[in-house]
Amino acid sequence: MLKINQLHKSYPIGDSSLHVLKGIDLSVEEGEMVAIMGSSGSGKSTLLNIIGMLDEADEGDYILDGLPIKDLTEKKAAVYRNKFLGFIFQSFNLINYKNALENVALPLYYQGMKRKERQELAMFHLEKVGLADWAKHLPKELSGGQNQRVAIARALAANPKLLLADEPTGALDTKTSYDIMAFIQQLNDEGKTILMVTHEEDIANMCKRIVRLRDGVIMEDKKVEQVRAEQHV
Amino acid sequence: MFDRDLWREIFQSINMNRTRSLLSGFTVAFAILLFTILFGIANGLQNTFAEAFVDDANNSIFIHSGKTTKAHKGLQAGRRIQFKNEDLSYVKDEFGNKVEFITARIYKNAQASFRNEQNSYNLRAVHPDHQYLEKTKIKEGRYINQNDLQNRTKVVIIGRLVEEDLFLKTAALGKYINLNGIQYKVVGVFTDDGGDNEERLIYMPVTTAQHIYGNNDYIDQINLTYNPEMDYDRALAFSSLLTRKLKDRFSIAKSDQRAIRVRNMAEGTKFVNIISYVLTGLILVIGLGTLIAGIVGISNIMIFIVKERTKEIGIRKALGASPRSIVSIILIESILITTIAGYFGLLLGVGVLEFAKPYLLEYFIKDPSVSNSLVIGATLTLIIAGAIAGYLPAKKASKIKPIIALRND
Repeated sequence: MLKINQLHKSYPIGDSSLHVLKGIDLSVEEGEMVAIMGSSGSGKSTLLNIIGMLDEADEGDYILDGLPIKDLTEKKAAVYRNKFLGFIFQSFNLINYKNALENVALPLYYQGMKRKERQELAMFHLEKVGLADWAKHLPKELSGGQNQRVAIARALAANPKLLLADEPTGALDTKTSYDIMAFIQQLNDEGKTILMVTHEEDIANMCKRIVRLRDGVIMEDKKVEQVRAEQHV
Repeated sequence: MFDRDLWREIFQSINMNRTRSLLSGFTVAFAILLFTILFGIANGLQNTFAEAFVDDANNSIFIHSGKTTKAHKGLQAGRRIQFKNEDLSYVKDEFGNKVEFITARIYKNAQASFRNEQNSYNLRAVHPDHQYLEKTKIKEGRYINQNDLQNRTKVVIIGRLVEEDLFLKTAALGKYINLNGIQYKVVGVFTDDGGDNEERLIYMPVTTAQHIYGNNDYIDQINLTYNPEMDYDRALAFSSLLTRKLKDRFSIAKSDQRAIRVRNMAEGTKFVNIISYVLTGLILVIGLGTLIAGIVGISNIMIFIVKERTKEIGIRKALGASPRSIVSIILIESILITTIAGYFGLLLGVGVLEFAKPYLLEYFIKDPSVSNSLVIGATLTLIIAGAIAGYLPAKKASKIKPIIALRND
């Protein structure tokens, strides 16, 4: 599904440069649920951004679903992001003047789907996250947990192969966090491949595999016994 | 790219960010409002200016004679040049198709009286064509005609103020006026836009004057208008040819500036034209300046908007928006706001001009309007201006990296 080989990335800081990723090897199979952990500055977000095609590596190979991701034009990157990837962010990143339904339908708009069709599909995904009644509400009228559900529905709308989550529970209280995690686990149960960055141990333990980064290299990569979020709710 | 969904996106963005849209719209509307008013006022000034020079036909040529200042062909300096009827015929025959109207003028002073009222006036003995040259407007009766010339009839056409002076409140038409002891029948009363002096004149057939004042065929001045189809350069060439031929005819040195003087109004027309050009140029500079200020204004606002929307654009890109779709959104929004707001400013400006028209007349600004073609031109300019104003910000927006836009801080 995903294969990364000797990935390097550095950022220029003034005259010198900061070597953030120092040769990462990682492969993820279909249906996996992987937590990437590490303290701040360990390079975990950079890794996720490269996987998400939001950033490009300096060196190394990255193959997604058999496609080499290298030297992409902006246009091509846009198409790949739309087709292969769904994003979930810590701060939800919903468009504040669009209601829940319109937010969920946005990736479908960029796929070129007809308005009626995409609204039906968006509604289906909103139902799935349990927010059908809130379809016409703006993000500011929804709670944090609800907003994250809208964001998840949006990430799912384009039926991506890989779901990328950057601290999905970072802005939520514990109970809501577990709610969201329960939902993400359910998606994984249904077969979605999920990659998530977190620095919370309990959240990481709800995944099936934990990759620990420190100073730009993988320290540890182990499978774990998944803790079901429902038990905590 | 220009599908309904794109427009829906744009209208939603405008509608949901009303303050922002109104603010940028206001800048453009204000710039166009100023532009329209300035343009209208300048147009009004130009109208006033053009009108000030239309008293006489502006294709007139006046030919005066004087004394020679240089000896030529054995003739001494100081010789007096006197035009006669044959000279007028010569000009007519020689330049037939280049001459539109032609008339002689004889200047006399007349002590005029009617019953107990009397006054002295300038008298001009002329041909019928003189009416068109001087743009004399007949108020009552008629002008001098061919019959008067043939029969040397003792008739006069008097100015409106002459009638007022001598005939008081009564009508002069058909009555007899005494000029230097001879009775003339008043057959016409005229008005003239050239002012009071032009309306204190008395016109008489040229033949009558020649018969009564000296029984000769002398004329003081030949006035003509050139064929209006001739442009400025050809008109000047015509008058210099005319000068040369007349100097030959009277054996006058080419360099003699006083013996025969030909004054071509085309030169004055050129002056008016130059002033008009300068005014138009000034208007254009001011107008363009205002317009550029407007473009820079909206461009600034669009840059600010792009900055404000950085996060949104980042989200859109993360969700699969192509750079082109981002450019479209920003560009079309800019064009839309510029066009609508600009058009609003234009209408407002036209309204203000229309409203202020009567008050502006006092300040020598006549009919300060903007033409339809200008309105259409300005609208097109607005669309282009919106595109220019939106282009850089749109390009900037399309280059936004989603990773930077989506940073949590």
